[in-house]
Amino acid sequence: MDRNPPRGPIREGPGTPVTTETPRTITARLSRGDRVYRAVTTSAAATVLVTIVLITVFLVLTAIPAIQRAGWSFFTTTAWNPDEPSGRFGIAAMMYGTAVTGLIAMVFTVPISIATAVFINEYAPRALKGGLTTAVEVMAAIPSIIFAGWGLHVLIPFLDPMEKWAVDHLGGVFFVFEAREIGSSFFNVGLVISLMAIPITTSIMRAVLAQAPRHECEGALALGATRWGMVRTVVLPFGRGGMIGASMLGLGRALGETMAATLIFSFAFEIKPRLFENGGVTIASGIAIYFKESRELGLSALMAAGAALFLVTFMINLLAARVVDRAERAAR
Amino acid sequence: MTADTQVTDTTDAPGPAGGTLDAVGVSAWFGQRKVLEQVDIVMNSGEVTALIGPSGCGKSTFLRILNRMHELVPAATLAGSVLLDGEDVYGTALALTEVRRRIGMVFQKPNPFPAMSIADNVTAGLKLTGRRPADREALVEECLRRASLWDEVRGRLTAPAGGLSGGQQQRLCIARSLAVRPDVLLMDEPCSALDPTSTRRVEETIGELKEQVTIVIVTHNMQQAQRVSQRCAFFLAEEDSPGRVVEQGPTEQVFQHPEDPRTADYVNGRFG
Repeated sequence: MDRNPPRGPIREGPGTPVTTETPRTITARLSRGDRVYRAVTTSAAATVLVTIVLITVFLVLTAIPAIQRAGWSFFTTTAWNPDEPSGRFGIAAMMYGTAVTGLIAMVFTVPISIATAVFINEYAPRALKGGLTTAVEVMAAIPSIIFAGWGLHVLIPFLDPMEKWAVDHLGGVFFVFEAREIGSSFFNVGLVISLMAIPITTSIMRAVLAQAPRHECEGALALGATRWGMVRTVVLPFGRGGMIGASMLGLGRALGETMAATLIFSFAFEIKPRLFENGGVTIASGIAIYFKESRELGLSALMAAGAALFLVTFMINLLAARVVDRAERAAR
Repeated sequence: MTADTQVTDTTDAPGPAGGTLDAVGVSAWFGQRKVLEQVDIVMNSGEVTALIGPSGCGKSTFLRILNRMHELVPAATLAGSVLLDGEDVYGTALALTEVRRRIGMVFQKPNPFPAMSIADNVTAGLKLTGRRPADREALVEECLRRASLWDEVRGRLTAPAGGLSGGQQQRLCIARSLAVRPDVLLMDEPCSALDPTSTRRVEETIGELKEQVTIVIVTHNMQQAQRVSQRCAFFLAEEDSPGRVVEQGPTEQVFQHPEDPRTADYVNGRFG
């Protein structure tokens, strides 16, 4: 640095004052440490982008033969016989199963996660708080195959009498409850998937809600509010965007979840509203089941299904980002 | 959306003339550290009581004990009792929420609900305590007038409160506190984040309110204590010992003829 900068016009290099009134391009000379650091972080960030691009390219390229053969029927056909000479195949049933199990999972995940997060932050005794937070994080670390196995052998048999009751008594009234055989249904798969989506959703929601401004919470309490009144007035409105984002991430996890559906479903490629009846399939579980036994076109078709799932989750995340963004701006 | 019982209450009736708050032998701890020792202060209705003293002497802790905000701090404990018109606020006869509704609080940092409209902020306390004003618009106007904010916001009652200036936000918080008809209003350095003009307005508001609610104010500003209060208590925490009340009495006496030399030093700006 020049200790006594010359007065008058700013000089760019010796003897060339910049006098034109146009925005200057400012160049900063980085130190060697900064250049190295920038290179490291840039390449790390680039790895993420490159991976996404490579996966997309791979999916699209391998999917092309199947899409060419099936055409638009790929999106409307429920059957899956790509390796037979003139077999029809499409993702309609798998997509339906993915959407339905995902929705059922969300019906459990969102309220349970919100309630758990609020309980840990606002109601739990201090002695319990740390333990519960850790428990939620440990739950997130349990492999999905364990959840699926536990669901299949413990949870579903436990729920069996209740589901039987619901089917017997409500089946004639609401068609969603109609079923011939129960156990490996959309409902049960969605329920087990929710167990895997709850930890991550709860964990993020808890972190977001913990950021609620304490001085506003105190303001509500000082007016005579109950804890719940304070949560409703300050904490939940503050955390709305974050809670939507967390739910969307949970949904992303639910849609891509493979093990629960693979283990629990008795596979059936059909679109049906009977949520408690045996049989169904999702994209992820369909890929898992057929991957090994598929031949060339079958693999191509599976990759096309995978690409469709990728596209859907990508759109959901994009939407979530926009919703969160808007909610955050509204909260300010 | 609330399932609370909606009681149409008598919010149109003139507010109570304030309650008497009587702190008896109040001590307080944060964990093992004792921060207050044997504080006895009577805060009369119709008067403004100022709590003065250097930082860290326990004034704010004492104030937060009065409306049970102290217990929100983890590991905070206390001894002694606080009587509101003769009833122990820490007893079982009064519900926690009832205590806080009857003993309102204005904080050091203005804390309106920023996304809520100005009018909704005023009535937030009623909603939170499960009550519904008979005439909402009249209540909003009355409380904003009592907090000397009405003329500045009358044209934008539906605008979010986050858009108000700091001084306006603080007066909105006062209006919000008044809407639930408290008997006592606690103010924790309400002007420390405000400019001189806003400070003057808040002080005027305090002067107008004191006939209707008992006011207890913590302040670091000696002139302010003299301007707004009738009674005054000087807190001091000497080295390694908890805060105590060194001297209390009519404000004029505490400032003009203090009995304790430490009070004299403090009110004359010689330390603190």
